[in-house]
Amino acid sequence: CHPPGMRKPVSRTMFRAALQLSVSGARSLTRSRPQYTASVAARSYSHGKQETDEEFDARWVTYFSKPDIDAWELRKGMNTLIGYDLVPEPKILDAALRACRRLNDLASAIRILEAVKDKSGPHKEIYPYVLQELQPTLNELGIPTPEELGIDKA
Amino acid sequence: MLASRALVRGLQSGFWRRVSTSSAAWAAHTHDVDVVDCSVPQYNNRLDTPLPDVPFVRNLSAEQKKLKEKEKGSWTQLTKEEKLALYRLTHELSYAEMRQGSKEWMTVLGGIFIFLGFTGLLVWWQRVYVYGDVPHTLSEEWVAQQTQRMIDMRVNPVHGFSHKWDYEKKQWK
Repeated sequence: CHPPGMRKPVSRTMFRAALQLSVSGARSLTRSRPQYTASVAARSYSHGKQETDEEFDARWVTYFSKPDIDAWELRKGMNTLIGYDLVPEPKILDAALRACRRLNDLASAIRILEAVKDKSGPHKEIYPYVLQELQPTLNELGIPTPEELGIDKA
Repeated sequence: MLASRALVRGLQSGFWRRVSTSSAAWAAHTHDVDVVDCSVPQYNNRLDTPLPDVPFVRNLSAEQKKLKEKEKGSWTQLTKEEKLALYRLTHELSYAEMRQGSKEWMTVLGGIFIFLGFTGLLVWWQRVYVYGDVPHTLSEEWVAQQTQRMIDMRVNPVHGFSHKWDYEKKQWK
C-alpha cells in the first residue's frame, strides 16, 4: 500500500530502526544516515503524482526560508509540521531555527528542539542525530539545547 | 454516598490546584483563571502544538522587557539563565513537565478505599443492629433434618447433591 519510493512513517519503522542499528554496529551514525528521519508525503492519495521526500523537504525549507516570515507563519508551519507522522529533516529544522532568529524568538527555537525529541517517540537515536546535524547552526546562532538548560527533565 | 465522595474528591483536586501555583506565577498569568476569554487566542500546553498562539507571559515587567530587547541581538551574548528566562516567558511548561504524571491517582485510589471501608463499617453496623433474626429454617437443627430429608429423597442423584453421599458407608464421599 506504499507507493514506490515513499519512506515509511515513524510509527511503522520500529523493527526497521532496530535492524538499522544492529547492522550499523560500531559504525558512527553520521555515515549511516537513518532513513526514518526522512519525510513522507503528507497526503496519501491513491491517484495522482506522489510528492517525493525531496520535494516535501524542499517545500518546507522554502516555507521557513521566507525572509520576511512572520510569527504566525512560523507557528502555523511548525505546528503543522509536528502534526505529520514523521520527524522533520534537519534541513527543515535548520530553516525553522533561522526563521526564529529572524523573528528574535529564542524560546521558539528551543521549543522546536524539544518537539523534535518528543516526536521521535521510542526511537531514541533520532534526536541525537538531529542535534548532531544541527550543531553548527546551534553554535552559530547561540541556541541552547533543552539539555543545556535543564528543561529536558521535569 | 456517591455524591459525598465526588464532593470530597472535587475539594481535594481544587485544593491541590491552589497549592501548586505560587502567587508570583499566578500574577504573571496572561489570564485570570476564573474569567477566561475564549474569543481571543489562548495559551496552551500541548505536545502536538509546540508553538502556542500567544506567549505565556504577556504583561512584561521592565526587566523582562529589557531581556526581550537583548533577545533582538546575538543570542550568544545571553547567559544561560537569560535564555531559560526567555523560554519560561513564552512557555509555561516544558515538554518534560507536560509529560510528567502526577501522584493524584494515589490520592483518588486512597479516597475510594477509605470510603469503601467506611461503607463496610456502616453495612456491618446495619447487619448487627438493624436486621432481625434469620428465619428458623436456617438453624442448625433444621438444616440437619433438611439435609437428611434431601438425602432420603435422592435429590440430584446423578451429578449433584445425593451423588456426593455414599449410601453404603452413610457419609459424604
